[in-house]
Amino acid sequence: MTANELIRSSASAMAAKLAAKEVSAVELTQAHLDRIAEVDGGARGVHAFLHVNTDEALAVAADVDARRAAGEELHELAGVPIAVKDLIVTKGQPTTAASKILEGWMSPYDATVVKKLRAARMPLLGKTNLDEFAMGSSTEHSAYGPTRNPWDLDRIPGGSGGGSAAAVAAFEAPLALGTDTGGSIRQPGAVTGTVGVKPTYGAVSRYGAIAMASSLDQIGPVSRTVLDSALLQEVIGGYDPLDSTSLTDPSTGLVAAARVGNVKGMKVGVIKELHGEGFQTGVEKRFNESVELLRSAGAEIVEVSCPNFRYALGAYYLIMPSEASSNLAKYDGVRFGMRTLPAEGPLTIERVMSATRAAGFGDEVKRRIILGTYALSAGYYDAYYGSAQKVRTLIQNDFAAAFAQVDVLISPTSPVTAFKLGEKIHDPLSMYLNDIATIPANLAGVPGLTLPGGLADEDGLPVGIQLLAPAREDARLYRVGAVLESLLEAQWGGPILDKAPALAELVKTAAAAKEAN
Amino acid sequence: MSTETILSFEEAMEKYDPVLGFEVHVELNTKTKMFSSAPNVFGDTPNSNVNEVCLGLPGVLPVVNKKAVESSILIGLALNCKIAEHCTFARKQYFYPDTPKNFQTSQYEDPICYDGWLDIELEDGTVFHVEIERAHMEEDAGKLTHMGGATGRIQGADFSLVDYNRSGVPLVEIVTKPIEGAGSRAPELAKAYVAAVREIVKNLGVSDAKMERGNVRCDANVSLRPYGQEKFGTRTETKNVNSLRAVENAVKFEIQRHAAVLDSGVKIIQETRHWHEDTKSTTSGRPKSDADDYRYFPEPDLVPIVTTAEWVEELRATLPEPPAERRKRLQADWGYSDLEFRDVVNAGLMGEIEETIAAGASAAAARKWWMGEIARRAKLADVDPAALGVTPAVVVEIEKLIAAGSINDKLARKVLDGVLEGEGTPAEVVQKRGLAVVSDDGALQKAIDEALAAQPDVADKIRGGKVQAVGAIVGGVMKVTRGQADAGRVRELILKTLGVEG
Amino acid sequence: MAAINRDEVAHLAQLAHIEMSDDELDRMATELAVIVDSIKSVSEAAGDDVPATSHPIPLTNVMREDVVGHVLTVEEALSGAPDAASGRFKVPAILEES
Repeated sequence: MTANELIRSSASAMAAKLAAKEVSAVELTQAHLDRIAEVDGGARGVHAFLHVNTDEALAVAADVDARRAAGEELHELAGVPIAVKDLIVTKGQPTTAASKILEGWMSPYDATVVKKLRAARMPLLGKTNLDEFAMGSSTEHSAYGPTRNPWDLDRIPGGSGGGSAAAVAAFEAPLALGTDTGGSIRQPGAVTGTVGVKPTYGAVSRYGAIAMASSLDQIGPVSRTVLDSALLQEVIGGYDPLDSTSLTDPSTGLVAAARVGNVKGMKVGVIKELHGEGFQTGVEKRFNESVELLRSAGAEIVEVSCPNFRYALGAYYLIMPSEASSNLAKYDGVRFGMRTLPAEGPLTIERVMSATRAAGFGDEVKRRIILGTYALSAGYYDAYYGSAQKVRTLIQNDFAAAFAQVDVLISPTSPVTAFKLGEKIHDPLSMYLNDIATIPANLAGVPGLTLPGGLADEDGLPVGIQLLAPAREDARLYRVGAVLESLLEAQWGGPILDKAPALAELVKTAAAAKEAN
Repeated sequence: MSTETILSFEEAMEKYDPVLGFEVHVELNTKTKMFSSAPNVFGDTPNSNVNEVCLGLPGVLPVVNKKAVESSILIGLALNCKIAEHCTFARKQYFYPDTPKNFQTSQYEDPICYDGWLDIELEDGTVFHVEIERAHMEEDAGKLTHMGGATGRIQGADFSLVDYNRSGVPLVEIVTKPIEGAGSRAPELAKAYVAAVREIVKNLGVSDAKMERGNVRCDANVSLRPYGQEKFGTRTETKNVNSLRAVENAVKFEIQRHAAVLDSGVKIIQETRHWHEDTKSTTSGRPKSDADDYRYFPEPDLVPIVTTAEWVEELRATLPEPPAERRKRLQADWGYSDLEFRDVVNAGLMGEIEETIAAGASAAAARKWWMGEIARRAKLADVDPAALGVTPAVVVEIEKLIAAGSINDKLARKVLDGVLEGEGTPAEVVQKRGLAVVSDDGALQKAIDEALAAQPDVADKIRGGKVQAVGAIVGGVMKVTRGQADAGRVRELILKTLGVEG
Repeated sequence: MAAINRDEVAHLAQLAHIEMSDDELDRMATELAVIVDSIKSVSEAAGDDVPATSHPIPLTNVMREDVVGHVLTVEEALSGAPDAASGRFKVPAILEES
């Protein structure tokens, strides 16, 4: 098997090859590092990574090989490399949240999920790009430049976790960690033709994930197959005494669910409000086909209505900035990160904080902090934050009513396919609309999964299908997702990413072309 | 800093009716902080008792300390509060370098304890009923040290240094309802209220309650209104008044200052004031304005606390006897006069005397030793009497030796020397130092004969009826026996020897 | 509901400790006005009888025992500090006077 074939396998296939000693962890890790070197850098590279952790990744891989040679029993994913969204703190590597305010900051502690990856002996390839503090849907709000979509280097990879999704889509990593506050795992998954899961709120510890909106944030897996996400969620999930909102449920049964292989007798609800008007034609078409495939596989399709979802975006854009404005107050140039002195005038701590935050935060972050400060300020709280929390109850009620009728819900993940870099950057509102289908799950805390549903006819770009399940029923997502994935791949004759352009050539020619200009 | 004009207290009291309010912050003495497992220890190397949570590093999350919650409930119960069945945490947002997250995790709409009261007894026995609005949980801030400038004060400092060891230490903030009707007793009541709260939390064992270490800190609200007016005047809040005397003085000063301002026809500005011990006055802090928009909202990283009746009753069962009731009981049991008992309380020796009596000493003896010799030595050594090294058992044993006639009071003090120098129990010290009273009449007679022979004129005076002159001979005998004789017995023998009726 | 204007943005920027130029304030006011307008429907969506949801999954009494856990060394604590002296974080003067 060539290195190119190796990196295109699924993580579970890589794990099997490692276990069978057909390939070493060092070879596997090196193949990914080579791929990163090949496609990530340069003027027109994918730019999925903000930091590549070469030495440590290879050292961990070598350690896995030595342990395996010694006959030690290892975790199934030991030696399978992984990329980590740069919103999750790691010892020994910088953590920036893609913000200038944290440039060069080294965390003195590991996030709980990172500790779990280390315990499973998965080599950490590096830190992936994102919209600054995870605020955005295109990764264009990174202070370190955008990530490009491997399907079309002129297009966005989604956001905020565009780096993790693009790294997986570009075969730079078989697995990655993402975070999802309003769709930051699922929407990038949709527009890059990859799989991503936002687990039930509390199923995965948030300790060490730099907070945007605490009551919405959730860490989850990013992969190319449904089974791979299940494997990864079992590694990172489970109770953490350091996170007061962590659930005590064990993170088991997900891999088994992905292997059940049928949906016979399951009821699948199509959410009336989350398709049709406002959704791109090609997205709607692929979505309807997926629904029909599930029907053909024996699922009962039921239309359900969630009338309060129309308030979800508004509620989200009150709750998220409110919590974010508070969570981001700590970036003040006192304990860590950058400090900027005011250009003129007296040097007081208040002015240094204000100058630091002015210089360290990008426009979108400032916009959300101001919006959140507004929503929480005296006189507006009840009308804004208070009302948004009530809407949250209404949305939970909608989900409860829907799940009283069906086992899972289905919708397109994103209303549109990947748009052009720069297309929406100056239109915050139209950027926010990208998350219309993913936000309700965050408000209600329920789990959601995206998987590729094919390519839109009009632009040949990936379309994402979203599945939603009741809280603590993440296993249902994996069961239905794996079945739909196998039905779709049977139609396509292989994974959707086989249809993506050959990236190495693209990156090289594009860079050359740019140089020639 | 301008010098404030003030009215005399008497004049202020003639014209205005003061209304008080207190926010007392109590630092709990838990092993760890409110929301992190970092140690809660006073006085260590700066920034050595912190982890990523109390530094507010990116990515951290809080977890509530159960012991702190239980201590808060105990405080609420001791303050006759209701305990909320359901309460939450909230973020109070403001930027300040001693506040690592730039918000303080506190409670806002639903404090854990509410609607309590405390009867405060002043020295003359007058009782004021103070109503408690709430007692809520929150976290302390780090410590700023202002550098450069003249005085170490914030004014004129060039820069400040921050130590986050105190950051996240559990606090309970106890807030009173407005206290009306104190009149000229207001400063006294202020002191007595804070003293009572301090005593309660100390008695509960939930706080070290040392004001000089900031374990108990008081913000005092003062407003004045003309007599007969129902509406409260504008109040000021004097911050961090950190001794009982300062509480009394700060309230008195603010009353005098308010009165002068109001007299001049100017409005009181609602603001924070800072108390200065050196000048015994307050100065203006920042005015309370729109800038104090704390943007409270429910802390999303913490979940609600639900208190069941079983839990609260379990805690109630562990409550110690309230200090005021305990004092009444002990004074009656011991038969001390009001004055004697107050001295004991003020000396902080109630507990020691109680233990000493329990160990077998009489109430009078226990008081004699603790308030006398032990207190005197403690003062010389500049330590608390309780910390001197004298145990109740030592006092009891010395008393027994005296009662048995083995030693006298003078010898007892030498026995105490021996005990404090680590020579063993009082009996062992008597043995080792040979301190027993000389009770052998033969030996005493010899000393008496010698003394009489040495002072024949005195002996003649006694024979001639001047019995009071016997003291000179007794002194001589005591000197010869190095104090180890029973003076009464010596006197008796002298008179017998000279054939004089005593 | 009041529209968000430039002065209000200036006040909010001060509360949030973000220095903003006049141009930024103008731009921010325009953008925020659009966003605020689009989300105002939220205040009409739910009646008084609807309870608020602060946490997506309701949990209560998540507490830890009072046991000391790990502690950073002073060096680790100060490792990210922009400025430090004498084992402490160093910040400019708090008050504007000298």
